[in-house]
Amino acid sequence: MITRDDVLKVSLLARLQLDEQHLDLMAEQLARIVQYVDQLAEVDTTGVEPMAHPFELTNVFRDDQLRPSLPREQALGGAPRTDGECFLVPAVLGE
Amino acid sequence: MASDVSAETPYDIVIGLEVHVQLLTKTKLFCGCSTAFGAPPNTQTCPVCLGLPGALPVMNREAFELALRTAAALNCRLAPFTKWDRKQYYYPDLPKGYQISQYDLPFSSEGYLTIFDPKGRFEPRPIRIQRVHLEEDAGKSMHDEQAGRADSRIDLNRAGTPLLEIVSYPDLRSPAEAKAYLTELKLLLTYLGVSDCNMQEGSLRVDANVNLHVRTPDGVVPTPIVEVKNMNSFRAVERGIAYEAERQYRVFQETGKRLGDVPKQTRGWDETAGVTKAQREKEESSDYRYFPDPDLVPVTVSEEKMRQVRDQLGELPAALRERLQTQYGITLYDSDVLVNQGRAVVDYYIDVANRCGDGKLAANWMQQDVMRTLNERGITIGEFPISSARLAEMLSLIRGGDLPGNRGREVFERLLTTDESAAEAVAALGITKVDQSELEELCRQLIAENPKVVADVKAGKLKAAGAFIGAAKKKNPNVDPVQVKDLCLEIIAADNG
Repeated sequence: MITRDDVLKVSLLARLQLDEQHLDLMAEQLARIVQYVDQLAEVDTTGVEPMAHPFELTNVFRDDQLRPSLPREQALGGAPRTDGECFLVPAVLGE
Repeated sequence: MASDVSAETPYDIVIGLEVHVQLLTKTKLFCGCSTAFGAPPNTQTCPVCLGLPGALPVMNREAFELALRTAAALNCRLAPFTKWDRKQYYYPDLPKGYQISQYDLPFSSEGYLTIFDPKGRFEPRPIRIQRVHLEEDAGKSMHDEQAGRADSRIDLNRAGTPLLEIVSYPDLRSPAEAKAYLTELKLLLTYLGVSDCNMQEGSLRVDANVNLHVRTPDGVVPTPIVEVKNMNSFRAVERGIAYEAERQYRVFQETGKRLGDVPKQTRGWDETAGVTKAQREKEESSDYRYFPDPDLVPVTVSEEKMRQVRDQLGELPAALRERLQTQYGITLYDSDVLVNQGRAVVDYYIDVANRCGDGKLAANWMQQDVMRTLNERGITIGEFPISSARLAEMLSLIRGGDLPGNRGREVFERLLTTDESAAEAVAALGITKVDQSELEELCRQLIAENPKVVADVKAGKLKAAGAFIGAAKKKNPNVDPVQVKDLCLEIIAADNG
């Protein structure tokens, strides 16, 4: 069962603000989604290796070679606020 | 010092360390941006490390190789199959909203590092290592302390830099042991060439999990575990843990709270105030909602590859110290001093010791005159003007008695400033061997000329004989002053009898 408290907790972790009405709606919808996916639990997986990746591909590497970085104006370009050198964010406290 | 305290206190300190080291790759873990320290902010970023939509990470082969090498040197089990997971949390210096790390299948686990104390204050002991995993670093947040500035500035140059997280079991029992562990770990990583371990530049960071096992009339009671952060030097780690232990005991006496009564707390070490201060409550591990990163495929490591990694480790500090002691007859302390100077200094020492045939004499000269000169001039052994062959020749002359030990330093200074061989320097300085009859004659002369000193010695004031030393050096700078003093005393005693 997905409770309102579960939704509250998950929405906090996801930095989502849900009003009262949406909390109930989400609890109900999430419960249905989990229930749907939960059908997988009916499959007997005894002796089956857990899958780490859908592709049967391993050991994809690149060499340790420098590639050009973005010009700073471009790197900062998509940010709402910068000082030309750094991204600016509301003060981070508690560190 | 701190370890002595714990012997008197009614508790044991239990410490586990989490060490993050930056690997010495040219580029980041998942993209080709430079990892060089000190570049202007946000000039070493790309769509991958900025977390722009659609950008895909590709693993740096060198980072994985260095990681394997480190884990093997830490006696870890290397996993035949490993994968990367997303650790989700929001922080402004983490652009993707998750860190690529390793959760349930780290590439290595269950190793150990043996710690020891060069002065023998505690017995050598293996400290178990729980796991070593490979992950990416976050960016850097800069908080302007000035009043009125409400913004934090974010530099993402560091975001995506390869980090090894090395997690020990809680096997350490004192701040001194914690420092010994870090010292040995840093030395090992330096020998392996996997990290420069520069704490100022953040290449090595330490978090400590600390609690107490308090002995009470009702048995041993564990206190809540606290994670101590922000310790920016080994000295700070020692002080931070010592402070935290005392604080936990004080709190325990006041509240009686034990492990499990309160959630795990994070505290930051304040170097200036010398105290730990409470930080935000740590999210439970499940709140990170780890899941396998679909953008990265798993990595497999064959038996053959594992063997190859282990075979190519080379001689590591512990083995090197052992060899120096058994092969060259020097103490653990001396071997530690030499090995701490790095492989190049050790190789220089070994060559000198082999050529002159006296490991102890060579170790003494290394630790005093050679290392002093390196420090004074701020140079490496590679830039040191006296080759190992020339120094060995000088030491051979001392051993053979052709160069009195007390004049060795003059020759050493001359070797520093000229291209002469040791023998040439000895000749140029006019140092000649004083034979026994010459020495005896000189002593008899001294005795005849210093009746007051002789009288004092006869009266039992043996220290007075020190006056002979200065007088002898004036007459003949080549004599060995200690030999002169001893011979004078002998002659006076014989006259007396």
